[in-house]
Amino acid sequence: MRYAMAIDTKKCVGCNDCVVACQIENKVPEGFCRDWVVEAVSGTYPNLELEYRSERCHHCANAPCVRCCPTGSSHIVEGGIVLVDHDKCIGCGACIASCPYDARYPHPDGYVDKCTFCIHKVRKGEQPACVSVCPTNCLYFGDLDDPNSEVSKKIKERKYKRLKTEAGTDPQLYFLI
Amino acid sequence: MYNRRDFIKITSLGLGSAALATTFFDSTTASIFASQIDSTIKFSQTPTYCEVCFWKCAGWVTKNEEGEIWKVEGHKDDPHCNGRLCPRGTGGVGMYHDEDRLKKPLMRVEKDGKQTYVEVSWDEALDFIANKMTEIKEKYGPESMALFTHGSGGKFLGHLMKSYGSPHITAPSFAQCRGPREVAFYSTFGEGVYSPERTDIRDTRCLVLIGSHIGENMHNGQVQEMSEAIEKGATIITVDPRFSTAASKSKHWLPIKPATDLALLLAWTHVIINEGWYDKEYVEKYCFGFDQLKAHVQQYTPEWAYGVTTLEPKQIIETAREMAKAAPAVIVHPGRHVTWYGDDTQRLRAVAILNALLGSWGRRGGFYFPDKISIPSYPHPEYPKATKSYLDAMKGKYNLASEVISNGLCEVTVPSPERDWNIKGWIVNGTNLIHTLPDQKKTMEAIQSLELMVAIDTMPMEITGYADVVLPECTYLERYDAIRNSPHRDPVICLRMPAVEPKYDSKPDWWIAKELGEKLGLKEYFQYKDIEEMLDWQLKKVGSSLKEMQKIGVKTFKRKFDDLYLIDGQDFEFNTSTGKIELYSTELAAEGFDPLPSFTEHKQPPAGFYRLNYGRAPVHTFSRTANNPNLSAIMKENDLWVNPKVAKQWGLKNGQYVWLKNQDDIVSTFSIKVRVTERIRWDSVYMVHGFGHSEKNLSRAFGKGASDTELISNVKVDPIMGGTGMRENFVTFLTEDPKPKEEV
Repeated sequence: MRYAMAIDTKKCVGCNDCVVACQIENKVPEGFCRDWVVEAVSGTYPNLELEYRSERCHHCANAPCVRCCPTGSSHIVEGGIVLVDHDKCIGCGACIASCPYDARYPHPDGYVDKCTFCIHKVRKGEQPACVSVCPTNCLYFGDLDDPNSEVSKKIKERKYKRLKTEAGTDPQLYFLI
Repeated sequence: MYNRRDFIKITSLGLGSAALATTFFDSTTASIFASQIDSTIKFSQTPTYCEVCFWKCAGWVTKNEEGEIWKVEGHKDDPHCNGRLCPRGTGGVGMYHDEDRLKKPLMRVEKDGKQTYVEVSWDEALDFIANKMTEIKEKYGPESMALFTHGSGGKFLGHLMKSYGSPHITAPSFAQCRGPREVAFYSTFGEGVYSPERTDIRDTRCLVLIGSHIGENMHNGQVQEMSEAIEKGATIITVDPRFSTAASKSKHWLPIKPATDLALLLAWTHVIINEGWYDKEYVEKYCFGFDQLKAHVQQYTPEWAYGVTTLEPKQIIETAREMAKAAPAVIVHPGRHVTWYGDDTQRLRAVAILNALLGSWGRRGGFYFPDKISIPSYPHPEYPKATKSYLDAMKGKYNLASEVISNGLCEVTVPSPERDWNIKGWIVNGTNLIHTLPDQKKTMEAIQSLELMVAIDTMPMEITGYADVVLPECTYLERYDAIRNSPHRDPVICLRMPAVEPKYDSKPDWWIAKELGEKLGLKEYFQYKDIEEMLDWQLKKVGSSLKEMQKIGVKTFKRKFDDLYLIDGQDFEFNTSTGKIELYSTELAAEGFDPLPSFTEHKQPPAGFYRLNYGRAPVHTFSRTANNPNLSAIMKENDLWVNPKVAKQWGLKNGQYVWLKNQDDIVSTFSIKVRVTERIRWDSVYMVHGFGHSEKNLSRAFGKGASDTELISNVKVDPIMGGTGMRENFVTFLTEDPKPKEEV
């Protein structure tokens, strides 16, 4: 089992619903976020291109945050989901520094926090909050090892890119272009 | 009452005297959870429909372990949202949690020569209002009371107004927003566009957006269908001087010179007629006035339009061909906020005509025929007949306005020697008129002339500070409301029920209307014990019940007729005076207006000034969500889009704060952050509407960003329906605060 997410940049309108839903679902404190939307503009008026990207922890197969964590609180569970054990975390911030995607933030309660792919929902057979809320239906989540999962199909059918692959992290977010 | 109505900061701290604060109404006895709720239902999930914007998506409210509202999620059976709420709807919980909410009824009193608010009981507040309204009725007639409303409460307060004897019920969503398109489509097709729009976007092959930024304007079902159309490979054509989100999804983006849209629409019409790309069979069978239209548009060649719009003729022709290729599965979208330049009904007529030529009205992928069930009103005596209307005072203007125009009521509130009467009292419900109506000077003048002003809202807003009485409304998550029965492909109804008891001492509008009605001696109009009794009576009439709706939330009914689209070859009578789709409008001609749309030229900004364009962001609605904790966390202020060339010329840096001054020397109260971006033309600037709040009790929103409304002092009123054209205002930058520093 290998959980991954595909994000269709052709359909995303950058509405931030994924961010609002995540904050409410996961009680993310005000001023912080586990996911966010990037607006990338290129060109000059009137020859322009614009891409919205809903981003979050890439749940890397080769996760630097896990490797560098001195207490072992950053760890990998089923399906390759990267988690932080809040009780073990001492908030040293090594993982924040090592993450090429800036996906982690220091929670005011003294530990480091980030996207969990809503594992509490996934374990019940539900979709992550961001996926189930997205009004443009541009987020796909599922098991890459299952060729019939929507994620596998999308990645097969469409061109995609992954971010900062040069960091060698083997990220599991696929941006459909 | 006072001669001068000062703005008062709402305060919830104990200014109320002991005597005044005596509570006659124990809010616990007026429980919203009355007898009729089935006790077997577990209240962990309750149905609702959203009140953050007025697309009104149905959803489920989930509570947390503490019994507090945790989240709202979309209802899968609702075609408005298909189980997915937009960010506003998802963040709707913030409306409930916002600690800045209005908490107690407040009344304006004078203390030591200063006006202030004191907390009073509901009974005292409503007694005061009822006495004042009775006085106004006796002195000036019931027509001298007006209701400004936006949202679900309008149904109950509107019923109260009609029972009292006033026809003056208005929502700014007409004359400040979608009114011109409704009037234009009525005069063309004999029917309006309605909300949700009857656009069949999910099946369209070509979607044309002209000044309509779907995706930033987050009307949920519509955004979802656009996304579906993108996936299916539909062509999107976007006309916008700004590289909007929709423009970035488009095959063709036409970066038009602002204020010239009508020229493009007429040139498209010219091309489609002259190239023979229109639906000949459809036009012959259903349309009236084709020959006049053909002759009329000969002057509007693409080459002529090039000079006006700066769009190249080949681009105009190519996009016209795209539309014709996709026809009849094509939608030239009517837009939503269309009050721009005062000739808006004519511009929207051009949109309607183009759709008619392409045969998209009543066709799959074009415009469908919506259906809804009608829910009978709870029995009540006939409303008293009003003898006066604000239209009488308008000297025959705006006869084609199909709803009451807010700015008209505002005008008739200001005393004038030309009128023998004027409006004396306002009830303002859920609409922050200071940020809603343009020409704030006129609004202030009207407010100062009032003998009574009541504000009903969930939040302290600029408008509530001018009221004599402020009534705290509970949020939509804490109340029942009328059954939602907006039109759609299939008739569908939704229930909103309270998930929790109202916080603080807030009350639902149905309760306020009923209590006030009884105090006004209108008991026979409110013969139900509570709203549950009324809803159950209504629901049983249409084949459901309150008990059923509490469980399922959404119920879909079968269409009466299988007529989602026109049936090929069959005759069809349109609701116009000719029974045809009127390309040539006999109705407009009869009223003395141009029966065919003609291009009118609009002012361009003077040197050093830029056209002020404004619009929506996905996470905010009007000016009502700026303080919402969940939504302000995503976007706490608006910014000013400035083209890099302009920024360079002025030495403006990204992130720098500037003040704006308009052509009438009005300076923005607050500064706004510059966003240097290629996404905007050099002749205009853009900002999201609804920021720059001056009400200090909005602890998150106060002073954040600038208000576009305060800079809209030049208003071009549409002569056909009274809509306020707001896009002929120009601004320039001030890099330093021109105002002397003082405590705001």
